[in-house]
Amino acid sequence: MIEVAGITKLHGREVVLDDVSLTVGAGTQLALIGPGGAGKSLLIKIMAALVRPERGTVHVNGEDMLALNDVELARARASMGMLFQNYALFDFMTVEENIAFPLRQAGKLGEGEITERVAELLHQVDLPGIQKQYPRELSGGMKKRVTFARAVIHEPPLLFYDDPTAGLDPVTSSKIFILLDRMKRERGVTSVVITHDILGVRDICDEFVLLNHGRVVFRGTRDEIESSEVRFVQQFWRGESDE
Amino acid sequence: MSALLHVVGTVFLAVAETVGALTVLVFQLAWGTLRLQMDPMEAWRNLYKVGVKSFPIVVVTAILVGAIMVIQTGQLVAEFDAFGLLGWGAGFATLREVGPVMIGLMFSGRVGANNTAELGTMKVTEQVDALRALSIDPLPYLLVPRFVAIVSMMVLLTIVGDLTALAGGALTAKVLLGVEPALFYHSIDEYLKLGDFLNGLAKALFFGVAIATVSCHYGMSTEGGAVGVGRSVNNSVVASAVSIFLFDYVITYVLK
Repeated sequence: MIEVAGITKLHGREVVLDDVSLTVGAGTQLALIGPGGAGKSLLIKIMAALVRPERGTVHVNGEDMLALNDVELARARASMGMLFQNYALFDFMTVEENIAFPLRQAGKLGEGEITERVAELLHQVDLPGIQKQYPRELSGGMKKRVTFARAVIHEPPLLFYDDPTAGLDPVTSSKIFILLDRMKRERGVTSVVITHDILGVRDICDEFVLLNHGRVVFRGTRDEIESSEVRFVQQFWRGESDE
Repeated sequence: MSALLHVVGTVFLAVAETVGALTVLVFQLAWGTLRLQMDPMEAWRNLYKVGVKSFPIVVVTAILVGAIMVIQTGQLVAEFDAFGLLGWGAGFATLREVGPVMIGLMFSGRVGANNTAELGTMKVTEQVDALRALSIDPLPYLLVPRFVAIVSMMVLLTIVGDLTALAGGALTAKVLLGVEPALFYHSIDEYLKLGDFLNGLAKALFFGVAIATVSCHYGMSTEGGAVGVGRSVNNSVVASAVSIFLFDYVITYVLK
């Protein structure tokens, strides 16, 4: 469970997040939507304690993330997985080394088991046999799926997906959303998905939070957002413009 | 007037912030090194990349430094027919001053710039955030191995560079001035002291610390995509060069 309360983040003098509060219940898949520059990526980085806000609190499973020291933070982050917008694959490592990285660092599994699990995950994301390739040799869609594999290999109960389908073709996007849905249904993970692909997430997410200019302007289920009377919410959900 | 004060204040704060951040970072890196808090594979990779890959350029630079020192010294030596002092003259300048400074500047341009670019790119492409999200502290994983590699290789390659420079000097002395290598060596052996060599190594050590710290700092504070990486590399090379001359001045003064 994630609880953020009164989060305010400044960039210089500009307010990027303004008194944002929201709760993500255990086992919930929450979609964080909104126009570009609304502060969505920043908000999930604050949830993962990668960025410190100027004001506000972040609790993950009851732990005050902003009060933890480095060792405690590392332990808390071990229960999280993150898929980054720009892939964030380590370019000096092969696909196999990238995906296995969290397991090797944890040092709990033997090499044989790690190799087996990497192969199994690559099979699940439809990329079998690319273990020895480097990220530079992959297409955008392949990189996204490798990033997904790295984020989930240590089976974290909490996942953050930052625009997992940005720049992908509809078929690859659909594959990614199927994987997200499977993580929720089969493993019961709690997750936050940032996306601009409303069609892709409307069936797989339990709740929707619409962020605009650093403020939460709507929060509710699919039924609630579809019946919202607020013009901006309607426009964003349906992809309509003023003109 | 107030606009001028604003500019002065802004520059002062920026310089104070950078110096403060560099001071904190150098202590963190030194502490991490003393406690051997580093990823062994990353350390190995960086030692290879910094040391082995820099070897050829250091050798070429050093040979030319030795040769240039002999040409410069040779004019004076020939005037006074003091060929027995040629090795000392060229070696003294090379070991104490020109060798470490030239290798330091070459290191800051090749290794320091590369380090900043690599870390800066990792920062803007969220690879550093990815490390932290995977519970890995970038300091022992990324920075300490680079610090250890740059400092140790700067010192070791300066030793290699010193020897190569003397060999280059001896060769140039024979070819251009007809001075036998034995006489050149005898001059070095007779007049140069161990302190001259150690003086240069002390400089190399401080230059290495400066290059490593500055390049890591600018790399990790990169913002703003490809343009930001370019800006960081530029700042890193300039700050490293300034640090090299600053340390050179202080060490020369203290160990005079």
